[in-house]
Amino acid sequence: MGLIKDTFHNLQELRNSASLANKVFIQRDYSEGTTCKFQTKFPSELENRIERTLFEDTVKTLNNFYAEAEKIGGHSYLEGCLACVTAYLIFLCMETRYEKVLKKIAKYIQEQNEKIYAPRGLLITDPIERGMRVIEISIYEDRGSSGSSSGSSSVSGSTAR
Amino acid sequence: MSAVMITRKVRKWEKLPGKNTFCCDGRVMMARQKGIFYLTLFLIIGTCSLFFAFECPYLAVHLSPAIPVFAVVLFLFVMAMLLRTSFSDPGVLPRALPEEANFIEMEIEAANGNVPSGQRPPPRIRNVQINNQIVKLKYCYTCKIFRPPRASHCSICDNCVDRFDHHCPWVGNCVGKRNYRYFYLFTLTLSLLTIYIFAFDIVHVVMRSVDQGFLNTLKETPGTVLEVLVCFFTLWSMVGLTGFHTYLISLNQTTNEDIKGSWSGKNRGQNPYSHKNIIKNCCEVLCGPTYPSVLDRRGLMQEDSPTLVTSEGPCSFDNPVAQTTKTTAPLIPNEHTPEDVKPSIAASAEKSPSPKEDHSPAPKLPPLASPETDVETSIVKNH
Repeated sequence: MGLIKDTFHNLQELRNSASLANKVFIQRDYSEGTTCKFQTKFPSELENRIERTLFEDTVKTLNNFYAEAEKIGGHSYLEGCLACVTAYLIFLCMETRYEKVLKKIAKYIQEQNEKIYAPRGLLITDPIERGMRVIEISIYEDRGSSGSSSGSSSVSGSTAR
Repeated sequence: MSAVMITRKVRKWEKLPGKNTFCCDGRVMMARQKGIFYLTLFLIIGTCSLFFAFECPYLAVHLSPAIPVFAVVLFLFVMAMLLRTSFSDPGVLPRALPEEANFIEMEIEAANGNVPSGQRPPPRIRNVQINNQIVKLKYCYTCKIFRPPRASHCSICDNCVDRFDHHCPWVGNCVGKRNYRYFYLFTLTLSLLTIYIFAFDIVHVVMRSVDQGFLNTLKETPGTVLEVLVCFFTLWSMVGLTGFHTYLISLNQTTNEDIKGSWSGKNRGQNPYSHKNIIKNCCEVLCGPTYPSVLDRRGLMQEDSPTLVTSEGPCSFDNPVAQTTKTTAPLIPNEHTPEDVKPSIAASAEKSPSPKEDHSPAPKLPPLASPETDVETSIVKNH
């Protein structure tokens, strides 16, 4: 809980010391059908903000998470049949596999924001907030007010720029 | 001294566009016209009540007590499936927020290049290749997004729905990705229930007529006539519908695709979503993962309405900055925009810069759809 409050404070600091310049939207990749997958193409707006490999890693990990959630196999059949037999009432007390993976994804995105993106003045929005259509990456421009004491540890990297 | 702010907690479902009605503080989501849904409920509950009242006592005694028990189980299952289909989110795709809509607009403008004035711009279509089949993604002017494959816009609910099957007035909701299997199970079990009641009505009438004569039987159990009538007509439609959807499931097609003939005929190509195996297709549709709703109906929206300011202190309370964002965001023409206005709108869209830079004292609280509010809500969710 404390960690989350810290993160929130740090991201707030980021917002206070920087202004939103632009947003990039990573689109869905439908080449394999309707399963949730995002394009790994590196957008030009992020050219000098973040390393290509870091970005691609993030998107590939997210794609793997979604593939795991939507995998059709023994586990999903079991869940489906069990749920059907109980007239789907079992979902009142049990979390579906997809929901479990979504929680993992939210945690992963928060981690990535803290460690990699916030120090570079970027912020990833969880795709579920955008209807799983896009990964929204907000680009912040540092206002350059070096006088302000931004004592936050996670954005200390940005003040040095 | 500082301004006093009243924060009224508003749930997101209250602000959702589209023509849905919500109940139980956002837990239930249906279409606006619910009349036929009430009729469905009435017919099912009415017919079953008559069955339990008139036929079951006799059959339980003379044949077996398992008969009413099985009828009750079937009835409960039918009701559960019906309510699940009617009350759940069919897979509505939320509309694009202004920044995303602008981003897409600029991509389209860039792709179209310079269209000579007076000429219609080309239709907004994106081609994607899925399993060696070219699928065209259409742009939705209402939702301002390129619809994902298999999604369609329901004009009755005014929403884009993922894997849109059809809008069913009998259940009072759209049938889409999230509730298709409940809809199918509803039609299946209702067919079984109808056959069951019909069969045992006949058995009951025959058995009783042997003892008491046909007319006396009808006098003693007048409900039977009504039941037989309702069941007879329901039977044909339900069995037909179940058969049709079984056929669709085995081919992994939606009603929408079937009606439009997307994958039938020689020149249209093959269905890229089908696994070419009936069992695999059935398993994917019926036993696939349960997709979550992306609408977040019960999430909280922070709405601050400022009251009196008691000093000229340095604190600047937030105006509804969302409004300023709306007025400066470029207008996006839709199919209703008159032809002559479209080029000028497109021109102003190109000229206007990102609205936030022009604004005066940087707002303390950003407009509604910013990462800050998203981070807040996602953090709130994580707790």
